Amino acid sequence: MSVLRQVVAVTLLNLKTIPQRLGSSAVAIFGIAGVVVVLVAVLSIAEGFRAAMQSAGSPTRALIMRTGADSEMTSGLGGPETDIIKQAPGIARDGQRTVASAELFVVVDLPKRSTGTDANVPLRGIEPSALQVRDEVKIVEGRPLQFGTNEVIVGRAASKLFSGLDLGAEVRSGQNTWKVVGIFEAGGSVAETEMWCDARTLQGAYRRGNSFQSVLIKMTSPQAFDEMKNWLTSNPQVNVAVRREQDYYSAQSRALTTVIRTIGFAIAALMGVGAIFGAILTMYTAVATRSREIATLRALGFNGFAVVVSVLAESLGLAAIGGLIGGLAAYAAFNGYQTSTINFQTFSQVAFAFRVTPGLLTLGLVYALIMGLVGGLMPAIRAARLPISSALREL
Amino acid sequence: MKFFPLIWKNIWRRKIRTIFTLLSIFVAFLLFGILMTIRAAFSLGVELAGVDRLVVIHKVSLIMPLPVSYEPRIASTQGVALTTHASWFGGIYQDPQNFFAQMAVERETYFKVYPEFRVPPDQMKAWLADRQGAIVGRELARRFGWKIGDRIPIQATIWRPKSGAGDTWLFNVSGIYDGDPGVDTTNFLFRYDYLDENRRQGQGLVGWYIVKIADPSSSAALARTFDNMFANSEAETKTTTEKGFVEGFAKQIGDIGAIMMAILAAVLFTILLIVGNTMAQSIRERTNELAVLKTLGFSNGGIVTLVLVESLFIAVLGGALGLGLAWLFVQGGDPTHGMLPAFFLPTRNIVAGVGLMFAMGLLAGALPAVAAMRLRIVDALRRQ
Repeated sequence: MSVLRQVVAVTLLNLKTIPQRLGSSAVAIFGIAGVVVVLVAVLSIAEGFRAAMQSAGSPTRALIMRTGADSEMTSGLGGPETDIIKQAPGIARDGQRTVASAELFVVVDLPKRSTGTDANVPLRGIEPSALQVRDEVKIVEGRPLQFGTNEVIVGRAASKLFSGLDLGAEVRSGQNTWKVVGIFEAGGSVAETEMWCDARTLQGAYRRGNSFQSVLIKMTSPQAFDEMKNWLTSNPQVNVAVRREQDYYSAQSRALTTVIRTIGFAIAALMGVGAIFGAILTMYTAVATRSREIATLRALGFNGFAVVVSVLAESLGLAAIGGLIGGLAAYAAFNGYQTSTINFQTFSQVAFAFRVTPGLLTLGLVYALIMGLVGGLMPAIRAARLPISSALREL
Repeated sequence: MKFFPLIWKNIWRRKIRTIFTLLSIFVAFLLFGILMTIRAAFSLGVELAGVDRLVVIHKVSLIMPLPVSYEPRIASTQGVALTTHASWFGGIYQDPQNFFAQMAVERETYFKVYPEFRVPPDQMKAWLADRQGAIVGRELARRFGWKIGDRIPIQATIWRPKSGAGDTWLFNVSGIYDGDPGVDTTNFLFRYDYLDENRRQGQGLVGWYIVKIADPSSSAALARTFDNMFANSEAETKTTTEKGFVEGFAKQIGDIGAIMMAILAAVLFTILLIVGNTMAQSIRERTNELAVLKTLGFSNGGIVTLVLVESLFIAVLGGALGLGLAWLFVQGGDPTHGMLPAFFLPTRNIVAGVGLMFAMGLLAGALPAVAAMRLRIVDALRRQ
């Protein structure tokens, strides 16, 4: 047990003398904190984008598009086809009607508030049952749109991001004018980046005849999906692909999320190497300035193992502080930061907020500790191997 | 010069410390090179966009088509050198993950408007003779291992073919185009006549026009002319310079440039902190020696120069190695195989990097150098 006592004693001595080496300890802490900030911030972009896309999907909804189309943008369904689709089994009912909405999805150019440059804002033509299909959508300002008119309701994020989408404003787009009568929220999902109008009005405005691009269906239960899918895919009158809404949106977020994560991890790995060098330098400096002290301890009979552990403990402690500072700084600076990017699959803007999750904070802390461990190892061994006699004589 | 051996000895006085300092700077500048490359990639080659080219799109949105009948009207406008058009195809090659741009273009004019896409003359001839021919970018051909003569099936998403099996269009690789660093060589370009004759609907529509103008200074006036010409028609237009168009699109992706700069600032600040501290530490250890040098008659300026040369040497050596490796890595080609539209390290950024190395060396050395200069010999010699 004496080894343990030695370890505790030397470690305490180390920690107590940190204030004397405040400068170099601060360097190690901020070096590691810098890496953790970057890692957490970059990954929080991916996390936020994924969350915005995934919260758009509900397990009880299915999205029907033409076979071969990989997004609503490229899909096309005739009016009669959508009528047949709405007869499929497994769709929830409201009296005689099935709860399904045939929709159009186009983009309009509107300037971003932040840059003043045009952005592709998604404009969705909906049917009256659309708000029943998406029961999470709530009108928070104004009123629902009146069908048969040129009125639009606008998602909360779209209203903030793009100019001219304030309640009561009129939006000119080519020869069409849209009147904003309401602002809606949809739990922070991608739908909040969209503008919604009457599908029939949009057909006229975009000269689409009686055609749609997708049908969104509310199912009686998540289990009704297979029956509905079989019925639709074996029906020779329609040529459609049936997807769960969740699958559709998670597939859309995959490409971008992967790119961001790859970049984030690569940068953090390289920066981490730099910070490890920083930690090594700091610990070497710490060991070097205390070489006489360490040699004295060794001469008094403290063994090498205790010295190794004490140096490692100091390095880990500094790393943990750095990791905490970095994580908290990233949280304070970036959590909830609103931005938008273009989703290449639908060629339209998606608004999302950076999300610094507890998982990311843990990851940052673990990474900081790894840096501290690797950075402390070599100096620790060096400290333990210091030749006592020459170290004592050192100036 | 005669003091170089002294500086050299000082640099390697503690080998491990110097090596790790060098490595820290090396990593910082490696990151600098890579971040600047990413930044250039996401600006979509805006530096190379032509100022003498205008892009005419539908006023409502780029996704809305324009009639092909606009071409003669644009071409006959005063001040127009050449006009061509392109249409987005948006098909899938084998798997939706294999995304790349496919465009139907006007065979006679497209490559004249885009002279930076270089096609060997014999391959161009083969393309003009083959209706199903396609000219593909070097990077794209490398990504999928395509050779001239290969038959490429592409699944339609928007434009379904009139006949044939299902939704598949077939193309022959007639040529491979190349370009200077920064030119997007990930496009798949095929003939508009092939698309227009074989698609089920949408005949006579094109995606957008690209207009080469004789005098770049007339671009704003010409843009207005076009937009007025088609005002109040079924398809109103919006005309911008190609540079403005690319910039606008890059902004839609989001401010990647600002994010890269923020990361870089964090990296350089962190490294400067570490290196500066190490340098200061190494000078503090040598207080006695510096005092001896002063006693021997070294001037203050001489001492400062000794210290600064030492820190500059470490910063520039580490930085040059890091930036050099980043440059080599970028020369090796795009590791994502064409997911990024351009992959090159702009010369401008290399110059900035070299400037940063010197700045870092001077900054890291400045504090200890001044401290060394202010040393009073008597105090310093007495110090342990």
